[in-house]
Amino acid sequence: MSTPGSRAPGADRPRVFIVDDHGLFRSGVRSELGDEVDVVGEADDVEPAIALIAETQPDVVLLDVHLPGGGGQAVVTAIKDAHPQVRFLALSASDAPEDVIAVVRAGARGYVTKTISGAELVDAVHRVAAGDAVFSPRLAGFVLDAFAATAPADGGRLSFDPELDQLTSREREVLRLIARGYTYKEIARELYISTKTVESHVSSVLRKLQLSTRHQLTRWAAERRLT
Amino acid sequence: MRHDRGHPRRPGALSWLRGPASSGPLRRAPDDRLAGGVAAGLAARTGFDVTVVRIAFVLATLVTGGFALAAYVLAWLLLPMEGADSNIASHARSDRHGITLAAGVASLLAVVLLVASTFGIGLLGWLSWPLIISAAGLVLIWRNATADERETMRHLAEPLAGLTGGKGGRRTIVRMSVAGVLLISGLVALTSAHESFAVLRPLGGVLLVIAAIVVVLGPWWLRIARDLVVERQARIRAEERADMAARLHDSVLQTLALIQRRASDPQQVIKLARAQERELRGWLFDGQAPGPLGGEGMTLAAGVRLIQQEVEDQHGITVEAVTVGDCDLDDDLAALLAAAREATVNAGKWSGADVVSLFAEVEPAEVSLFVRDRGRGFDPAAVPGDRRGLAESIHGRMARRGGSATVRSVPGEGTEVSLTMPRTAGKRQPSRT
Repeated sequence: MSTPGSRAPGADRPRVFIVDDHGLFRSGVRSELGDEVDVVGEADDVEPAIALIAETQPDVVLLDVHLPGGGGQAVVTAIKDAHPQVRFLALSASDAPEDVIAVVRAGARGYVTKTISGAELVDAVHRVAAGDAVFSPRLAGFVLDAFAATAPADGGRLSFDPELDQLTSREREVLRLIARGYTYKEIARELYISTKTVESHVSSVLRKLQLSTRHQLTRWAAERRLT
Repeated sequence: MRHDRGHPRRPGALSWLRGPASSGPLRRAPDDRLAGGVAAGLAARTGFDVTVVRIAFVLATLVTGGFALAAYVLAWLLLPMEGADSNIASHARSDRHGITLAAGVASLLAVVLLVASTFGIGLLGWLSWPLIISAAGLVLIWRNATADERETMRHLAEPLAGLTGGKGGRRTIVRMSVAGVLLISGLVALTSAHESFAVLRPLGGVLLVIAAIVVVLGPWWLRIARDLVVERQARIRAEERADMAARLHDSVLQTLALIQRRASDPQQVIKLARAQERELRGWLFDGQAPGPLGGEGMTLAAGVRLIQQEVEDQHGITVEAVTVGDCDLDDDLAALLAAAREATVNAGKWSGADVVSLFAEVEPAEVSLFVRDRGRGFDPAAVPGDRRGLAESIHGRMARRGGSATVRSVPGEGTEVSLTMPRTAGKRQPSRT
């Protein structure tokens, strides 16, 4: 993680909005984020969240995947067209892969688990504010799983864009290292590439995850739901 | 968690590419070896590319009539492996059975080659001495090498074992080759000499000589064969004992360590002791494998989750577990999980880190598992020998099942244990039959 001083000016104190149905968790996150960010508001369900986010226009929304009034993706879908500059970071304790993938496919820039440390969360918020993608080990695992089910055997026929439907071997390598608990900096050193290159690999994976119309991705999620 | 990790320790991974010769005594290289690592060691020492050294070896074998091969085997025996402090020969010296067996194989080969040369098949004659030396040397190496090296040798010998249909083992191979040589030499002798019956007389003489040798040495060979069986059983027993020691270490010794740490909390101590008693009874009397990993119908991902829960409960740390793919557990994968549990418990106990990452990936050919922490790290070479955790519960357990384990650790920066188990390992003939 870079020190706060090294960040680009303007991204110094992102304005953050917290959506979670547990009040205790919201105040916990607030205190963990501390002075590093500017928490501009919070909400405990889908409806108030949509209204308040539209009003406060935050840089980053920390979004619980599960909300009483529907999935977190409802919030993303309602906001993203009218306010494309608002970015979402999904955050939750433990979720079924298909819910997490659904929120990310709806437009969230990443997913982290609630066990994340305060420093890492601050770092993740800064990354999302800067337009980068944030992959937790678990999301990396989900994505590897979803794309692995796709042996290239029948990839060509059903997909509209083969480039979007497969991960490159480098992207797989990066995801594996994230799943093993490596930071971007450590991945860069392990693969002899720059941190910027790692970031661009991760962004490219996020793009594929969001844009791929792959039949298998849906089927994979459906299978996951059944088990 | 923002430490700069030093360069990963991979001895030999780059040094042989780079050209400059390393200093220090000549050692066999563990990483880049085809057979014994002699060529790789030479390459690292001299700075030549390892392929160049290997080609030179093959050429030298052809030119010197096989003596380079014998030299290779002797070097394998006499040079210690990089990082090891003794060579194979020093183990072999106290292996009386092995020396007898080597002498037996050598004499058997001598007879075969004698027969061959009597029939004028000169082709084998000039190879005979190096061949005999190499065979005897390989027997000693096989019996005294580490489990890891034996695995390499088994890989090299696999095609041979395949010819005889897998089962039956070494004795069949020896018998088949003797029979083959006799058959071929007999046919050659007959077809090349059918115009003159006079040749039958020396043939009869040769038969007599062979009979004499068999009568003289036969009982000795039989005894060697019998000893081999006895010793094979002893080896199986030793492996079972090692398995049991690993299991006791993971369950009973771990619990005792926990009890010592929580001595001030009687409730906890009673709970731990009860759970351990139940588990031990189950294993001893009902044949259940200790720990929750032995259950029927268990899958790899479920096993990883159990390790996560168990370590989180007992050591108060967070285990970030990620699995990609899933498959049913067989004995090999259960061993992989047991090794992974040991690595995770170790991280929980010693690393001082709050979070341990556990990543498992199931691929068609193999299952990989990584246990990583950003704790205080250690020097793997400096672990005392009586610490069974790393040596036995992780390395030994993986090697016995045909898998591999590597530990990367930098003091002050953390540790990563990488475990790989081939999924076809169960189908290959393991050392136990």
